[in-house]
Amino acid sequence: MTLPDLGPLWLTLHLAAVTTILLLICGTPLAWWLSQTRSRVKPIVEALTALPLVLPPTVLGFYLLVLFSPTSTFGGFWVRVTGETLTFSFTGLVIASMLYSLPFTVQPLQAAFESIGRTPMEAAAMLRASPLDRFATVAAPMAKRGFLTAAVLTFAHTLGEFGVVLMVGGNIPGKTKVISIAIYEHVETINYADAHVLAAILLVFSFTTLVMVYTINRRYPVGGRA
Amino acid sequence: MLNVDITLNYKDFALNIAQSFPASGVTALFGRSGSGKSTLLRVIAGLELNATGRIAWGDDVWQDARHRTPPHKRGLGYVFQDTRLFPHLTVAQNLSYADKRAQNHPGPSMDDVITALDLAPLLPRHPATLSGGEQSRCAIGRALLTRPRMLLMDEPLAALDATRKAEILPYLERLRDNIGTPILYVSHQMAEVTRLANHLMLIDKGQITHAGPLETLLADPATAPALGARDVGAVITATLTAQDSDGLSRLTCATGPIYLPHIDAPLGARLRIRILAQDVIIARTAPTGLSALNILPATVTSLHPDGASTLVQLHAGTDQILARITTRSATALALAPGTPCFAILKTAAVAPAHIGDQPNLVPHTKL
Repeated sequence: MTLPDLGPLWLTLHLAAVTTILLLICGTPLAWWLSQTRSRVKPIVEALTALPLVLPPTVLGFYLLVLFSPTSTFGGFWVRVTGETLTFSFTGLVIASMLYSLPFTVQPLQAAFESIGRTPMEAAAMLRASPLDRFATVAAPMAKRGFLTAAVLTFAHTLGEFGVVLMVGGNIPGKTKVISIAIYEHVETINYADAHVLAAILLVFSFTTLVMVYTINRRYPVGGRA
Repeated sequence: MLNVDITLNYKDFALNIAQSFPASGVTALFGRSGSGKSTLLRVIAGLELNATGRIAWGDDVWQDARHRTPPHKRGLGYVFQDTRLFPHLTVAQNLSYADKRAQNHPGPSMDDVITALDLAPLLPRHPATLSGGEQSRCAIGRALLTRPRMLLMDEPLAALDATRKAEILPYLERLRDNIGTPILYVSHQMAEVTRLANHLMLIDKGQITHAGPLETLLADPATAPALGARDVGAVITATLTAQDSDGLSRLTCATGPIYLPHIDAPLGARLRIRILAQDVIIARTAPTGLSALNILPATVTSLHPDGASTLVQLHAGTDQILARITTRSATALALAPGTPCFAILKTAAVAPAHIGDQPNLVPHTKL
């Protein structure tokens, strides 16, 4: 048995890693704001954040395709600034994945921040800690399980992305041909052997990751009794 | 001096406070649960964002119509009722969290605090593994290490049983006498308050009803309704002069000796003793053939009848004593202001929890 082309696997891991890192950076402030705010727009922002959960990926993909098109304002602006189009590019795929996986980052983080409550943050404030200091030294360490869950879910969810990629990225080897697309293509061409290998890799990888997360979560609870 | 003039309105509760708080000694805020005492501490700390009005520490305005200093810049220490130690940090890390952020402020060192509160054996442990009393000590230590201008303590002993309380109180007395930091101490336990405080403020339904030096306020019959019948009682000051072989301690107060069950304190110690009004009996003539050992000559200052019972204020030398007797007895004894009489105090009636060191008002900087 020969291995199929593993290019789509590496591309998928690359995309998932970039998406996860960027989403943790952008999603953390959003999740923190949602967990603390008493603003009236909170439900609207929450709904927007959760939208990718219920929207068919093709709908999200369709709107993004329209938005990314060089003839649109945003797409045209992007072409003028970077010289590249967003459609059918890796960058476009990253942006699409970030939107698609946003709830998988924001919701676990928001839940983790909310479960900490106000009281430890008040205690830190009374120990002369500034808001940023309080976040870094109290909220973030106490929410470390939330970060772990968010990172793993985002990563795993991006691995399985299909519909959005198909709409926005197409199927360009080395650029936008991710593993789920490759599997689909193998099945379409009745190349079940290669489809089996890629599918098995994805299955084993996802399962192993989840087992690791649950093990770590069990072994290192917050405030562990070392 | 801390000046507070604030209003805070909630649906079923309003806090209206216009009061100056002394910048020395221990000021106790005493009131029932729900009276607003904890909320007042939160307002002073800047944690209640809905409070309106003005708060200033000397010339330093913390809150007025245009400006609000955030809590972490007010330089206050706060001991929360539920300790709020950080669960993800050890005791040592909890202490250094405060210490690191207060490097530029004068006050006790890490070693001073660890020694004063006996924290050394607890340092490597996580808060979840500590007993309630140990957690309280750590929380108090952590608050001290912020080297605050004022320490706010919100019922730091409320979660502890009587034994644990008795363990912590001596630490608090030591802190009061050895650090210059003023303390605002919230409690609904009068025994605790009389042991610790120099100043007393009574708070009821979101308003301060009485404020003044503790001895004066407790001897004032006007505060009786706010305290509740069981908690009415003046404090007297006495010096421990002898430990008798039969297990009694002999103390000298303004009008003579009194005897109390053994008090564990060095000879010469100045003690403050709380005498509940319900434990005092009044006689017009010096009684004989009576089991009570403590018979103090006194003079009636005023009478305050309230239905079947009457609160009698007496002065015995420089001390004030309150006695609660029946209105019928007050009439039968023909008590009136100026009447000489004897205040009889049963030796065993004074609970150990009601005896504490007389607060030392000279502030020291070292623990």
